[in-house]
Amino acid sequence: MNAFAAIIRSIGQSGLFAIAVLRASMPTRDFLAELVREIYKIGARSLPIILVGGAFVGLSVTLLGYRALDTYGASNQVSAMLGLGLYRELAPVLTALLFIGRAGSSIAAELGLMRATDQITALALMAIDPIAKVVAPRFWAAVIAVPLLVAFFCAAAITAGWFESVHVIGLDAGTFWQVLKDAVDVRHDFLPAFVKALVFGATAALVAANVGFHAEPTIEGTSVATTRAVVNASLLVLMFNFVLSALMFR
Amino acid sequence: MTTETALPAVRLSSVRLDRGGRAVLEGVDLSVPVGSVTAVLGPSGSGKSTLLSALTGELVPAAGTVEVFGQSVPRTPRALLEMRKRLGVLLQGNGLLTDLTAGENVALPLRTHTVLPEPLLQRLVAMKLHAVGLRGAEGLYPRELSGGMARRVALARALALDPPLMIYDEPLTGLDPIASGVIMSLIARLNASLGLTSIIVTHHVHETLPVCDHAVVIADGRIVFDGTPAALVASTDPFVRQFLDGAPDGPIPFDTAVRARAA
Repeated sequence: MNAFAAIIRSIGQSGLFAIAVLRASMPTRDFLAELVREIYKIGARSLPIILVGGAFVGLSVTLLGYRALDTYGASNQVSAMLGLGLYRELAPVLTALLFIGRAGSSIAAELGLMRATDQITALALMAIDPIAKVVAPRFWAAVIAVPLLVAFFCAAAITAGWFESVHVIGLDAGTFWQVLKDAVDVRHDFLPAFVKALVFGATAALVAANVGFHAEPTIEGTSVATTRAVVNASLLVLMFNFVLSALMFR
Repeated sequence: MTTETALPAVRLSSVRLDRGGRAVLEGVDLSVPVGSVTAVLGPSGSGKSTLLSALTGELVPAAGTVEVFGQSVPRTPRALLEMRKRLGVLLQGNGLLTDLTAGENVALPLRTHTVLPEPLLQRLVAMKLHAVGLRGAEGLYPRELSGGMARRVALARALALDPPLMIYDEPLTGLDPIASGVIMSLIARLNASLGLTSIIVTHHVHETLPVCDHAVVIADGRIVFDGTPAALVASTDPFVRQFLDGAPDGPIPFDTAVRARAA
């Protein structure tokens, strides 16, 4: 019963935190400056691992798809499988997981250290809302950055898949692009990927910021918050992915 | 000089403060006159920082009232932020934002709460840093500052909005004797020159008494002394004597378990 009460309390607290973040989001000059800095820190600096991760996922899926499809003489359909798999499931989820490992952990660690070194208390005592100053810009930066990172992930994966299909396996380049174009639809594949990316970006940032902001004000508390941010955010992203897939792909 | 009828800067009436469901301080009555430097002294764990939390609105008293400049410390977040604009707090850990330079740290409250043009703002920052003896340190990051310099930058930041009330939480912790002397003389000088009211929460008795004109000692979950520094030195109260003399034996137990049982 205690564990159940703790879970309910934790969900309620997270909800209140999310409301506080949204209420503190005012487009002031200071906020926009912080937002740009955070987009660079958590978005642009995550780009290398997203591109490398995307390329290897593209290579793996192409190889897997080619071997399976070739059995039925349908190897020219490999780009359809790559495109649908990427946009519908793999790109949003894997980008979000890489983003959580790279940026979510750093958000939790930064906020945890700010708590441990009295920076958050100092902001509150200077009559500066710490949620508006340090949490809201990170949240919105993640909401903006993750969809863009998903786009880069897809671009890297498809480029790698094209290279493997055309230059290694020897499929026709024109067929590769035409099959991909015919299979992937803006409304049914692009849009769900975008919606998932928005939800996952918001989830990753909120979970990381919540555990970091409320971390025990010690070095150990910061390390616990960092681990918790990665574990909780990753599990939530996987759960939300199932729910969103079930709702959007009927 | 303030008159007897003048409103005190801070007034606590029959205040009880709880932490974790346990009373840390009880029956606290305190009046801090405007323009004074008041030292709140006491051994570690006596509840000094808890008292400070009540003044800044971080902790709501379980009983009694806390007034700052005649107004009860508000409980709603918005009203609390408004009140804190009139309060300068120097934290034990300084709380300098590590990704901002010393100058940007001092400029932070000015940027947030005023609409000053940039050149004027920069001039104000330079003045504040000059007031704490750190002219030319604007571009340094907190990691590049010594303990004493970081404390002075935090002091300049706390003074940025010219608050009428300054609260110092253990301002000498971690400082060498020279830096301690510099900080204490700064506190006294700023209080006199800017017409502030200062509350120093500390256990550094010998460094603090020379600059304060009102002393309060907290022990045993209550105020055991309230008077002038001279009266404090002459006090025969066993709690005060043990604290001032640093005696291991006396009514204040050294063992925290004994303290908890006593409470």
